Amino acid sequence: MIQFRLDQRSGVSTYVQIVRQVRHALRLGMLRPGDQLPTVKEVVASLAINPNTVLKAYRELEHEGLVEGRPGQGTFVLHTLGPPSGDHLAIRRALERWIRGALAAGLEADDLIALFETSLRDLQDEEVVA
Amino acid sequence: MSAAVVATGLGKKYRRRWALRDCTLEIPEGRIAALVGPNGAGKTTLLHLATGLLEPTAGEIRVLGLTPGEDPGLLPRFGFVAQDVPLYRGFTVTDMLAFGRHTNARWDDHLARTRLERLEVPLDDKVGHLSGGQRAQVALALALAKRPELLLLDEPLASLDPLARRDFLRVLMEGVAEDGATAVLSSHLISDLERVCDYLILLSHARTQVAGDIDQLLGAHRLLVGPRRHGGGRIAGVAAVVQEDHTDRQSTLLVRTDGPILDPAWEVHEVGLEDLVLAYLGQPSASALPEPRLATIRQEASQ
Repeated sequence: MIQFRLDQRSGVSTYVQIVRQVRHALRLGMLRPGDQLPTVKEVVASLAINPNTVLKAYRELEHEGLVEGRPGQGTFVLHTLGPPSGDHLAIRRALERWIRGALAAGLEADDLIALFETSLRDLQDEEVVA
Repeated sequence: MSAAVVATGLGKKYRRRWALRDCTLEIPEGRIAALVGPNGAGKTTLLHLATGLLEPTAGEIRVLGLTPGEDPGLLPRFGFVAQDVPLYRGFTVTDMLAFGRHTNARWDDHLARTRLERLEVPLDDKVGHLSGGQRAQVALALALAKRPELLLLDEPLASLDPLARRDFLRVLMEGVAEDGATAVLSSHLISDLERVCDYLILLSHARTQVAGDIDQLLGAHRLLVGPRRHGGGRIAGVAAVVQEDHTDRQSTLLVRTDGPILDPAWEVHEVGLEDLVLAYLGQPSASALPEPRLATIRQEASQ
């Protein structure tokens, strides 16, 4: 069984945080097919959040085919997620090259973060990134 | 989806002052609604009208499809925690539970008892000797023991310290999840309710100013920052400007949108619930209500 935690200052909505934590647990093998997710009642009793928020997160995971709600029993894991695909190291090297280039062009750390976040948000708006 | 609470043109007048006026709203079933507004906005009056403790001067209110104060069948179906947590201070917690058991046809004594034991509330102590947080938990346990379809809570967190607040909300959310109940919590502090509520009702000056699903409300509002704006030219994507601040160079606008804002002159930020509430409270003439019908009624009334 896994336990959720909330970062209220992250600006990320609560249901998205829950979805991400389940995906993360699936990737790291902390959750395997057949495992049960905490019940809605357990989650709200520990985090003091709205039950509809948990239901929304579980529905989204169901929609992605990762879990399955069984009436009267709970929500169970169907599929696991492998480690993120793609060559991690190569991606990281490419990012480092980009950072060096940006610093050389006179940008500061804050500018880089702002630029990264804006670009990520733009792509999210175009629904390239989930 | 049907509504747990429906108010239509609801008003309550004390002598010459309206405590609540032209209040029209719907709280859908299964929601956890935040009833927010400054002190004196009419929150307690609205809750007392919903319980039947007060009778309306104008309009009507229906709770779970029934009329409060007239249909006796309504009483066992809702729980009410009043602002001052009125418990008999000379009673022990066990006495209070026995009292509840004898005065309610539907009563889950086991649930109330285990809940209070888990919170380490001493059942044999007199209520008057308990801490504020424990008293609030007793009042909540009594309300939840009715297994109500609707819970009305008037400023339940006001007198609690942060830890007691969290404990209170935990137990409340667990109780609501158990029975799929609807809950209405009033507060003058929105930050307390942000985690738990999914529906917002903002009362100010005795009227409903904003009502709706919180995610939808947040999705439909943005904060725009850009060069100083002169005059009231329309910005594409903006349905209404709720609040504006200007310096000599810069304008900051909190707006309700009706489409994407693509004008590159504006930097677009998402808004939090607290920003949204404060912006509306600062502009009593602005409103965001679910149906155009309601907006029209308001406009006519204000003319």
